[in-house]
Amino acid sequence: MKNLKKLLFATALVLTPGIVPGQALDPADLLKPLSDSWPTYSGDYSGKRYSALTQINQSNIKNLALAWSSRITAGLNNAGGGRGGGAAAAPTIIGGEGTGELNESGPNSRSSRIVSSILEVGGKLYFSTPDNAWAADARDGHILWHYVWKTKGGTHTGNRGLGMWGNQLYLETPDNYLVCLDATTGKERWHKMLAPLSQQYFSTNSPIVIGNHVLVGLGNDLDSPAFLTAYDPETGEIQWRWYATPQDNSDPALKTWANLTAAKFGGGHMWIPGSYDPETRLYIVGTGNPTPAYTSKSRGEGDNLYTCSLVAINVDTGKLAWYFQTSPHDTHDWDSTQTPVLVDAPFNGRQRKLVITATRNGFFYTLDRVTGEHLVTGKFSPTANWDKGVDSRGQPVRNPAKDFDIAGALVSPTNAGATNWMPPTYSPDTGLFYVTTEDSYAMYYLTDTDPRGSMGLGGKDEQAAGSLGTFLTAMDYKTGKIAWRHQYPEAGAWGGTNVGHALLSTAGKLLFGGDPGGNLVAYDPATGAILWHVHLGDVSGPAQTYMLDGKQYVLVSAVDSLYAFALN
Amino acid sequence: MLPGAGACRLRTRALLPILIVIVAQVAGQATAQAQTRTRGNAAGIPQGAIDTRLPSDPAQVERGKALYGVRCTFCHGADARGGEGGPNLVRSGLVLNDVKGELIAPVLQNGRPEMGMPKFDLTSTQVSDIASFLHTFRAAGRDPARNAPPNVLVGDAKAGQAYFNAKCASCHSVTGDLKGLGSKIADPKTLQQTWLMPGAGRGASAATNVPPKTVTVTVSAAQKFEGRLDRIDDFTVTLVDAGGTSRTFIRNGSTPAVEVHDPLRPHKDLLPTYTDKDIHDVTAYLASVK
Repeated sequence: MKNLKKLLFATALVLTPGIVPGQALDPADLLKPLSDSWPTYSGDYSGKRYSALTQINQSNIKNLALAWSSRITAGLNNAGGGRGGGAAAAPTIIGGEGTGELNESGPNSRSSRIVSSILEVGGKLYFSTPDNAWAADARDGHILWHYVWKTKGGTHTGNRGLGMWGNQLYLETPDNYLVCLDATTGKERWHKMLAPLSQQYFSTNSPIVIGNHVLVGLGNDLDSPAFLTAYDPETGEIQWRWYATPQDNSDPALKTWANLTAAKFGGGHMWIPGSYDPETRLYIVGTGNPTPAYTSKSRGEGDNLYTCSLVAINVDTGKLAWYFQTSPHDTHDWDSTQTPVLVDAPFNGRQRKLVITATRNGFFYTLDRVTGEHLVTGKFSPTANWDKGVDSRGQPVRNPAKDFDIAGALVSPTNAGATNWMPPTYSPDTGLFYVTTEDSYAMYYLTDTDPRGSMGLGGKDEQAAGSLGTFLTAMDYKTGKIAWRHQYPEAGAWGGTNVGHALLSTAGKLLFGGDPGGNLVAYDPATGAILWHVHLGDVSGPAQTYMLDGKQYVLVSAVDSLYAFALN
Repeated sequence: MLPGAGACRLRTRALLPILIVIVAQVAGQATAQAQTRTRGNAAGIPQGAIDTRLPSDPAQVERGKALYGVRCTFCHGADARGGEGGPNLVRSGLVLNDVKGELIAPVLQNGRPEMGMPKFDLTSTQVSDIASFLHTFRAAGRDPARNAPPNVLVGDAKAGQAYFNAKCASCHSVTGDLKGLGSKIADPKTLQQTWLMPGAGRGASAATNVPPKTVTVTVSAAQKFEGRLDRIDDFTVTLVDAGGTSRTFIRNGSTPAVEVHDPLRPHKDLLPTYTDKDIHDVTAYLASVK
């Protein structure tokens, strides 16, 4: 392992021209467990969001207090992009191929809502919203530059964050461009079109940089083909592309579809980053729902591979190594795009290399991440009622009576899911996996009986029938059972695009996350007991942590503001 | 059917050739979805004010399409037939009744936070543009089943009555609080959503009066406060008492003792126990309560 790391480090140095010491991302840092910096979407490649930092811990959390806050101003009408309290306005760099008329700004715009993970590298923070990217000083939040992309359109629902390679940043835009920025100045180096807007692709994802590959997944709510693409970080040229569904007759997965046309346009978009195992060189990522999502007849009776699956892709070749389908023949638009969590931990008496995921359909899985061997299936949402049990492969068997019904079928969970894309966390201290969840019901009405089905997400009407609660849920990976749940008191249903909260655990024996009341809360990861909180109004982004000048910060976004906390 | 609907349909037909020409000019790729629209139908969808709409300005439709793509597509779908969480807008009574954005504007500008609909900062021109685009979608399709409201009345009213007597009658009576319910809520789907979870779903609360959650905060044996629950999380609880006074208490674990009374608790407790047949049966029964 050590030799491998050295080798990768050396390779990466050769491949990374123009590294600026002290500011650029040292590629070796990407292979380290999460500690001082936060150089990629999940902090490290494992997806655990578990920090080794201990300066802030259970014994002193009561002294955690505001270190700084900073507010962004999104859009084109706001030169400077930050309110620096009298300091000189930060430079705004404008790019893009649109006219600017469709760019959003103002307090209610999604471009003013930070849901992205925030990179911390070399004392600087890098983060993004649709069409916008910023750099800020990690010591006080002062905005250093603001980049705005003039959009041509596309769904502006959110942006999950930036990728970094050396001194370069990568941003996906809603109108499907990959934009490469200079991290020091925010100036654009190049941009490449990822997919045509006319086919209704849209991009919200955070690019993931592995070695000299920039991995990019897109979104699409029509029926356009789904793919993961590796780009050259220096030139933006395509290295390889993996399709989530069969695109020609040679693909063995074709037998799980009615025909090639159905397969080609069968969906499976990877709109949330995966995790990476350097030893096997496997990028493990969740695929999205099949399409048409609800009126599934045109897809045939098969499993519709590789939609709603965990797939392991060799990062050098772009070839599929293994898959495990978490929702065979999904009929409720329950993407399996949740962040998989890679864990080395004991299982049945021996140490195993595991991958854990809790998917939108209410099910929890533990697999072997080298082979994809199924180990555990459980339910983290006890109300999930769409299955007829679990088969010998460990997969839930769908109950077609709960697909939808002209007169209405009562289904749990709602389309928003028992969980959604907000990242979970895993603490090796407790051996528990944490995720925010909901026990919810909706009536699903079939509105389109045309055997051709509807396109995309059409063909059904979903009406809320009630929520039995929203929870911070701790799962035992060994049994697939709930270890404990903390119910958020009387909280209303999640829904829309903001289902739950992104979590963080630390070696300080702390578990952080937003709550529905607008608080940032620290819990005891062993019991769920509340240790500390602060009201921020609306915690929109992940809780994160980094260490700078000997001081540990806890960082979180609340709509258009960043808040950093440190010990008094 | 509302008074005057027949006349509306006649006049709609007279407009068809004009609409076809206009739409053909602007539709481009969207030709398939932009055929002529007919407003409303015979089965309960509100009749729209089609006749007061002027023919669409192609440039305005294009502007509306672009705005819609950015603001609305994710939730409501590119074809306005429903997306990630948002309802089908083509069949929406509000959209059907809208002429040039006057009904859509308040929804866009205020949002519907209880349904997860955010508010949007849009000028009245932009709202009109979006409305103009929305109105290019047909509100009827080739397949009658695609346009007809679902047939929700498939249950066995007798079985529904038995279920009602066993599970609902301890709180409700069809000669008391639910008297004439099937007449008050004529649309069976709305009726079904309303009895299943009053106040949830769309349009479900029209004929119901759901009492608010209340809360009892016990500070000490001598100090007890009761009132309507205003807000609560793990750290704070706010109630409004009978005199209209708002009181906020800091929560520290189980101190003070907080007891929330949710009038819909029995409805929630039933959710995991229903079969779909139970639901359809009860709907059939309540629809017969005229």
